[in-house]
This record gives sequence, structure tokens and C-alpha cells, in this order.
Amino acid sequence: MEAIQGILEFIDQIFVKLSFWFSAQLANFLPDWGVTFIMMFATVLVLIVFGLASIIWINVFERKIIGRIQDRYGPNRFGPWGLLQCVADMIKLLTKEDVTPTKADRLIFNLAAVAPVIPTFMILAVLPFGRGMVAADLSIGYLYIVAVGCLGTIAIFMAGWSSRNKYALLGGMRTVAQMISYEIPMVLSVVGVLLLVGSLSMVSIVEAQGQWRLPFVVLQPLAFVLYFTAAVAEVNRSPFDLPEGESEIVAGYHTEYSGIKFAMFLLAEYINAFSICAIATTVFLGGWQGPILPSWAWFFIKTYFLYFVLIWMRGTLPRLRVDQLMNFSWKTLVPLALANLMLTALVAKLVPQYSHVGAIAFLVMNVVVIVCIALVKYPRWRRDRREVVLVPRTATPQVDSS
Amino acid sequence: MTELKTETITINMGPQHPSTHGVFRLILTLDGETVVDVEPVVGYLHRNHEKIGEKNNWIQNTPFTDRLDYISPMSNEFAYVLAVEKLAEIEPPERAKYIRIIMVELNRIVNHMIAVGFLLNELGCFFTPMFYCLRWRELVVDLYEMTAGSRMMPNYFWIGGVSADLPEKFLPECKEFVDAVPGFIDELERLLTDNEILQMRCRNVGVLPPDVAVEYGCTGPLLRASGVPYDIRKAEPYSIYDRFDFDIAAGTVGDVLDRYLVRIAEMRQSAKIVEQALRDLPEGETATPKKRKFRPPEGDVYHRIEAPKGELGFYLVSDGSENPYRYKIRAPSFVNLQSLPYMCRGHKIADVVIIIGSIDITMGEVDR
Repeated sequence: MEAIQGILEFIDQIFVKLSFWFSAQLANFLPDWGVTFIMMFATVLVLIVFGLASIIWINVFERKIIGRIQDRYGPNRFGPWGLLQCVADMIKLLTKEDVTPTKADRLIFNLAAVAPVIPTFMILAVLPFGRGMVAADLSIGYLYIVAVGCLGTIAIFMAGWSSRNKYALLGGMRTVAQMISYEIPMVLSVVGVLLLVGSLSMVSIVEAQGQWRLPFVVLQPLAFVLYFTAAVAEVNRSPFDLPEGESEIVAGYHTEYSGIKFAMFLLAEYINAFSICAIATTVFLGGWQGPILPSWAWFFIKTYFLYFVLIWMRGTLPRLRVDQLMNFSWKTLVPLALANLMLTALVAKLVPQYSHVGAIAFLVMNVVVIVCIALVKYPRWRRDRREVVLVPRTATPQVDSS
Repeated sequence: MTELKTETITINMGPQHPSTHGVFRLILTLDGETVVDVEPVVGYLHRNHEKIGEKNNWIQNTPFTDRLDYISPMSNEFAYVLAVEKLAEIEPPERAKYIRIIMVELNRIVNHMIAVGFLLNELGCFFTPMFYCLRWRELVVDLYEMTAGSRMMPNYFWIGGVSADLPEKFLPECKEFVDAVPGFIDELERLLTDNEILQMRCRNVGVLPPDVAVEYGCTGPLLRASGVPYDIRKAEPYSIYDRFDFDIAAGTVGDVLDRYLVRIAEMRQSAKIVEQALRDLPEGETATPKKRKFRPPEGDVYHRIEAPKGELGFYLVSDGSENPYRYKIRAPSFVNLQSLPYMCRGHKIADVVIIIGSIDITMGEVDR
């Protein structure tokens, strides 16, 4: 029994042990500051390689799932089960002509292609991928994520504005409006959780869920839904993919980008989508905690499940219109997030922490709020259903001849 | 405080644009995201169809009409063939008449399925409803292939009948398809009609009041969605439509949602008609004896049918020779498209796209 536990523990900590082993090797011939320095770079390198490698898999995963949703196979030509499709795509994108429009603002235009990728990788730094597997356990973890996440908006706006293309401009304007509106509910919905934890650090958020013996999605289901909805909008995924709404404004802010620059936007988009799922996993689904399987496996299972939900939404939902998008954020998500925050603060004061009573109190609170919303926000169209009229005889239209 | 100065921007949407249904160009004047004015520019697919039609002989024009509205080729052939038959006073055999009705109504189902699929695509629903609809179109084009030998350009209707009798497999397979259609439409409605976003996006967008619709000369689902139950199949029954029992679907408001619902309802009605036609299908000849050189008497004729997109009319003038002297087409897409600027003004840019989708145009027919 103990042997099995030992093996499980070893598998669980394999990456942490690897990094210790590596730094021990370095310590043989380097001073302390040198080891820290090199380990820092090594961690960054691992994260970037992980980010890039996961794209290869996420891309194929997404296209396969979308294919199945649409009653077709998805990529299955290149590599086993089409797994190398992304490699082929990358080669295609790399060999394409790199066009910069004559009238574009060259510096900003080129800078904008690189800019969105940097913050996306920076977010990965504070995510706990497993027990002890976090690149930097910042005490301001979530604040850092919000701050860095905002940078992506600027990059997209730079791209939209510098292209000197009207579609790109419309896409850029939509992006700014959308991302700023949705950042507020996204942050506010998590504040309830932060109240319960008493810390912004991502690691302590995970550990607090261990102490509750419940993931926060049970205590804060409404906040989870709010966060996930706002986050989907934040990374411009369907049904909130207005900034690049293909059927309306061609490709939005990246209309003028081609080749590798276009690939950079895609890269940023995929890693962003992965990050919001990872953040939702950490904050609401208990992070890396789970029985039997190694902690990092649990983290990835939960994250990819959420990513699957994203793909599912992309495959099935139509897009909102720009004014409806704004209304949805300011009239639905923000008030709800505020209500949730206030009620959470109230309940958290009233009930003891880490107790079943507390958990039940939070659940009751959420159910009450959700029922209230259902009553208030009951869609108008459901009350007044539109039906066609079936007439057996024809009517000849009368034209007013005057 | 001084007033903020704003400017409108002009956007050129198309002719190469993902959702203009081919090479259709729109000059949009936008105030932010709101559409101030729309100027449609057509003609990018102009290929001299009507003039070439004068050079073709009467028989050659039948396959040529397939190229008009390539989504519903059977309806185009039907209209042309009926016009020529009216001119030359040819009466096709009974069996051919029923076969024609079956083909044309199957065509209507396909056309509306594609219209609904594209509409959802333009709403931003990444191709999934489109593929679901195309799956059913596939079954119909298989039926076409079985009978006519071609899936998209069947050249099946001949002057005085149809080119071939139905193959043996056709009747059971067509019956199976028609029986399955209502189930599929129920599925489609369950998946789409109650979708919150679809309702939000389509409700009260692109409203076309009945009087305006009539004044623009709109026909087909566009007119019916505005609440005018006008259908040429009932108003002026051509061929044998008076023998079938079916209803006209009409909307109440005349917005995009109504057009969507009317198309869904029409698919059900078409399935009903095909079912009746299959039931009553008589035995016998499928074509009158064909002549190598077909020369209708001198004169002119206008014949119109209710094509899936609206009133499709052919005006033909014969000088007694092998070629038509004049070959004029009243294409429903072209006429319906006129109402686009009226419907778009004041809406958002995203609405323009779905309004185009709800008119259901085919550029092959608009530009000819």
C-alpha cells in the first residue's frame, strides 16, 4: 500500500523533483545567484515551450470536436489521426507572403503582431499546474492576471488602428468596448471567492478549496457562470466573437495580417482561451486537487473539460449583436456580480468558515439569487411566441395607385 | 461644452466578402456601427444571360436556365418550360406533370434549407446548422442524380415533359425522404427557433411592412413574411397545383424572424405536396414525342411560377424561328433585393448581413 502511495507521490511530484534535480546539478558549479538566474530562465522556457506545444494539441482537439459537432471528421490527413495538422498549418503560414499595407503605420502594425502574445505567456506564470508546480506564486496572483490580461486589449487595438483598414478599425473599436465592459464582471465575480480565501494568491485559492473540502463552484455557482461568461467574451470566443465576426467584418482587427503575424494572433487567442479555462479551474474547480490521479493530471482534465465547453459553444451558438453585447454586460453581468459579491460578504460574515453549514448557506444564497434572476430576466420572447399564420387561400396584394 | 464632432465612414462591403452570397457589393455609410445608408451594387456576375438566351435555340435554353438560381435549378427549368409550352400550346402527359411537381417541391425544400442554414451562418453560428441542412440537401441531390444524372444542373425538364422516367429506386427513397422531413424540421426548430440569441438577433430586425413590400414588388417568402399571403401557386394555379391541398404560410411582423419561420413552415407544406404527388402519381408516358428542331409559332408569352425565392417569370418572344427573339427573365432575387436599403437603415452593421441572408438571394439570378 505504502509502495503504491510512494509511486503515486513520485509521479505527482515528478516535475517538481526534476526541477530540484536540475538546480542541484547547477549548484555543483554555479554560485547561488547563478542558479536562481538560470532556473528563472529555464522556467520561462518551459512555460513558453509548453504554451506553444499545447497549441498544437489544442488546435487539433478543437477542430476535431467542431468536426464531430458538424457531422464530419475534422482533420485526419496529416500524422496519426491528423494530430500534426497544426504543424502543416504553421508551415503554410510561415511560407506565406508577409504583407504590410502601404498606408499602415508600419511600426505599430508590426509591433501589434507580437504584442498580444507576451501577456498571454505572462499569465501562465502564476497558474498552479499541480501541487508545487507554479512558476511564481505571487501574493497578488489574481490581480496580476487581471493587469496582464488587459495588455491584450491594447495589442488588439493597436492592430485594429494601425492597419488603416475600416474593417480592422471596426473590429478594434468593438474589441476595446467589449473587453473593457467584460473585464468588470470578470473581476467582480471572482472577488467573492477572494473574500472567502482572504488572499489573491492562486496557490492559496487552491488550498482554501482543500480546506473547504469543496470546490468553489459549489459555494459560488453563480460567480462561476458569471466568470466563465465574461471570460469567454474577454478572449473573443463565440458567442462573443464580435471583434473578428467573420460574417460581418471579415476578420476584424487582423484583417490585414497575413503569414506569421496572423499566426501570432491565432497563437495568442488559443493560449488566452486555455488560460481562462485554467484560471476557472484554479479558482472554481479546485485546481489540481483530486483523488488518485497526479495533481497535474487533474488540472489538465478540468481545464480541457472547460475548453471543451468553449468549443461546444463555438460550434453551436450564434453571435450577439454589438449593442446586445454591451447590454448583457452592463445590465446583467455587472449587477449580478455586484449582488453576488455583497451577498457573499454578508453570508461569509454570518457562517463559520470551512463548515457544512457554511457551504449550505452559500448554496441557498445562490439558489435564491438564481431564482430571482430567472423571474426578472425571463425572456420576453418566451412570453410572446411568434407563430406563422397558415392560410388556405391566397390574397391578391392591393397597390395604392395614387 | 462644444458638441462632439462625429463623422460617418463609408465601407465597401464586397464584392469579395464572406457573407454577401457571391459577388454582391454594398456601399455602407456607417455612423459608428449604425447603418445610415446602403447602396447595393450589382453586376459583378453579369454574364449576358439574356442575350445568350437569344442565340441559343429553344431547347438549349432549358439547361441554360439551371445557371440562374443554381440552388433551385428545377424551378428555373419549370418556369421556362411552362412558358414555352404555353407559347407552343403543348400539353405534357399527366405523369410528367406530377413528376415536375415532385421535383420542384423537393427543390423548394432544399432552397429553404440552404436559406435557413446560411442565415444562421450569418448570425455567427459557425457552420453547424449549415452542415445539418446540407446533409438533407444531399439526399435530394442524390434523388436528382438518380433521375437526371446530375446533382446541381439536372437539365431534367424538357419541353413537353421530362427527359426520363423516374428510376425504380426513386419512389421508395423519395417517400422515405419526405416522411423524414417533418422530423428533421422539428429537430431544426428545437435546436434553432428557441435559441435565445437567435430570437434576440432576429426579432424586429429588418421590418418590411406589407404595403412597402408590395410597392417594392417583393414576392415569395419575403412578401409572405410581411403578412401578405400571396402565393402564385394559389393565386394563379399553374400546372396542376390546384389538385393539391396545402396552405400558405404568412408572417405577422415582417422581420427576419418571420422570414425564417415562414421558410420553415413552407418546407413542411412542400413535403405535404410531394407526399400527395407521390400518392397520386399516374402511370404512363413522361414526354410528348420530341422534335429535333423545335419551332414555336410566332407570338409572345409571359409565364410566372412561384419559385422558392419568389415570382420567377419568363417573357419569351418568338418570331417562328429556332431561337427566341427575346428571352427576358423576371428574377425574384433581383426584385426582392431592392428592399434591402429600406430594411437596413438605422440598424447595425451586423444586421445588414442577416437581412441579406433573410432575403435569400442568389447572385446567379440577380445579375444574370
